[in-house]
Amino acid sequence: MASFTADDTTIEAPPRAGFSKTLKDFVRNQPLGAAGGVIVIVMILAAIFADFITVYEPEQISFEAMLVPPEWAYPLGTDNYGRDILTRIIFGARTALFVGFVAAFVGSFVGLVLGVASAYFGGTFDLIFQRVMDVFLAFPLIILALAVVAVLGTGTENVIIAITIPFIPQCARVVRSNALAIREIPYVDAARACGFSHLRIILRHMVPNVMAPFLIMVTAFVGQAILLEASLSYLGLGVQEPVPAWGLMLQGGAEEYAESAPWVAIFPGLAITLAVFAFNLFGDALRDVLDPKLRSER
Amino acid sequence: MYKYVVNRILLMLPTLLGAAVLVFIVLRLAPGDVCEMRMAGTGLFADPEAIATCQENLGLNDSKLEQFGRFIGGYAVGDLGISMWTARPVTEEIAIRFKLSLELAILATVISVLIAIPLGTISAVKQNTWVDYAVRTFSIAGIAMPSFWLGILIILGLLITTQAWFGAPWMPPIHYIPLTEDPLGNLTQLFWPALATGYRYAAVSTRMTRSALLEVLREDYVRTAHAKGLVEKLIIRRHALKNAMLPVVTIIGIEFAFLMGGLVVTEQVFNLTGIGKLFVESVLNHDFNMTQQLVMLVALIFIITNFVVDLLYAWLDPRIRYA
Repeated sequence: MASFTADDTTIEAPPRAGFSKTLKDFVRNQPLGAAGGVIVIVMILAAIFADFITVYEPEQISFEAMLVPPEWAYPLGTDNYGRDILTRIIFGARTALFVGFVAAFVGSFVGLVLGVASAYFGGTFDLIFQRVMDVFLAFPLIILALAVVAVLGTGTENVIIAITIPFIPQCARVVRSNALAIREIPYVDAARACGFSHLRIILRHMVPNVMAPFLIMVTAFVGQAILLEASLSYLGLGVQEPVPAWGLMLQGGAEEYAESAPWVAIFPGLAITLAVFAFNLFGDALRDVLDPKLRSER
Repeated sequence: MYKYVVNRILLMLPTLLGAAVLVFIVLRLAPGDVCEMRMAGTGLFADPEAIATCQENLGLNDSKLEQFGRFIGGYAVGDLGISMWTARPVTEEIAIRFKLSLELAILATVISVLIAIPLGTISAVKQNTWVDYAVRTFSIAGIAMPSFWLGILIILGLLITTQAWFGAPWMPPIHYIPLTEDPLGNLTQLFWPALATGYRYAAVSTRMTRSALLEVLREDYVRTAHAKGLVEKLIIRRHALKNAMLPVVTIIGIEFAFLMGGLVVTEQVFNLTGIGKLFVESVLNHDFNMTQQLVMLVALIFIITNFVVDLLYAWLDPRIRYA
């Protein structure tokens, strides 16, 4: 009497790459990218738990400890207001990552939807939309961001908007060219034949298929956004004192005390470089994994 | 080809007009104007009447359409208006600064090419060796490093080394030395900011040179060249590099256009009075006229550079023919 149990009928499913295996493969094939990923994760954790891992307050001014060189009590020294630089760098990570992630995600998401819509509708809409994008793309990023800051004024939220807006056309342009190819694939026609709404076809059928270029753009944008935020803050047009931000730390005393207290100028810049470096490494690796067509020669 | 060129030039006009509309609207959305900024600058209680007179004089009370008409109409008669902050003609203000920025941009491009092409070539030829890894790390670091920080580091380095070697700290002079007056002084002044900007731009073109060359090195004709016993150096220089230059030229061209924007930050660090610094100042001062014209100038340079790059592309590669 054969009794069928679940075990007997189980067909060995083709091994689906689990998360840990995917991760292991990534680390093995993309050691530099993995290193970048680790730095990014450490930064995110430091930003989240900034309150617990620092001894000082980021805005705590101490006139007894102005421009103290790196020592045990102040591992990276203090600035001209006696604020601990390490503390401000850790809290600065919060500002940088917040601005970076929000600007990159919002900018590329809006660009994604607009780019796909432009490809989907085609015709006059596409033509006009492309010309509008051309206008935006006629300015270097920082000029556009500066113009937006001129309108909205400085401050963290406005900096985010200023950085987000230039990202939209850049992402839309790339996504559109990918979406144009997808539009010709029969399943889009099938979806249309089923009577689905435009919105549904765009969001459910086309957007998921341009995810690879989208993710690549997002990681590239985070690094760019961090740099742009630092530049704007450095120019005095970004995040304002006393909020700890890397670019701002370089603006204040950094140049003035460059010779007598070089640590004020060195460490915040190092933090910016390391963050952008990490995101770039991670983004490059992600591109290699996600998009074999774009794979750079190695 | 002729038709293509004409078409492209005609297409520039709507883009520029769009840019003009965009910048005009964006600036008018900003709260406050140059008059309030100017009066507030004195630190005294701003007299509402004085502000009103100032606004009247600068035509800020005219309808937006009238203001826009003046802005666009100015191009027809070659009158770009006056700076609302200094009351001097915009063209004059830009002219005295443009020379410096242009020189800096050219110098930075030259430096970036001098860094990028040899490094990219070595990196491709020595693919996957420590030389390659070192070059790639160097170039990724260049993209990651903010140019203003590199500028600060350069000044710091100069101060420390000159102090140690010559006993007195030296840094590049702040006041602009024109090339025609003192070529050497001019170079010693502009070399450092150009280096700070050039290194960053070299990073991108190094990567491009490397990947383009790697692609070409796999081509059949390179194998043929090897087979007929040509010297490696000759193959790289005559056969490979020439064909790999195409995407590199594009990147260098596009970056030259971006440089104009990138200079905004570098000029601030080295305290150079170029158009980048002027731009930041006019944004801060709500100087509508000046900001508008500067944005248009940058957009124009950007669009023209892209156009020239496209033409260069066709010229370098006879296979490309624009219909």
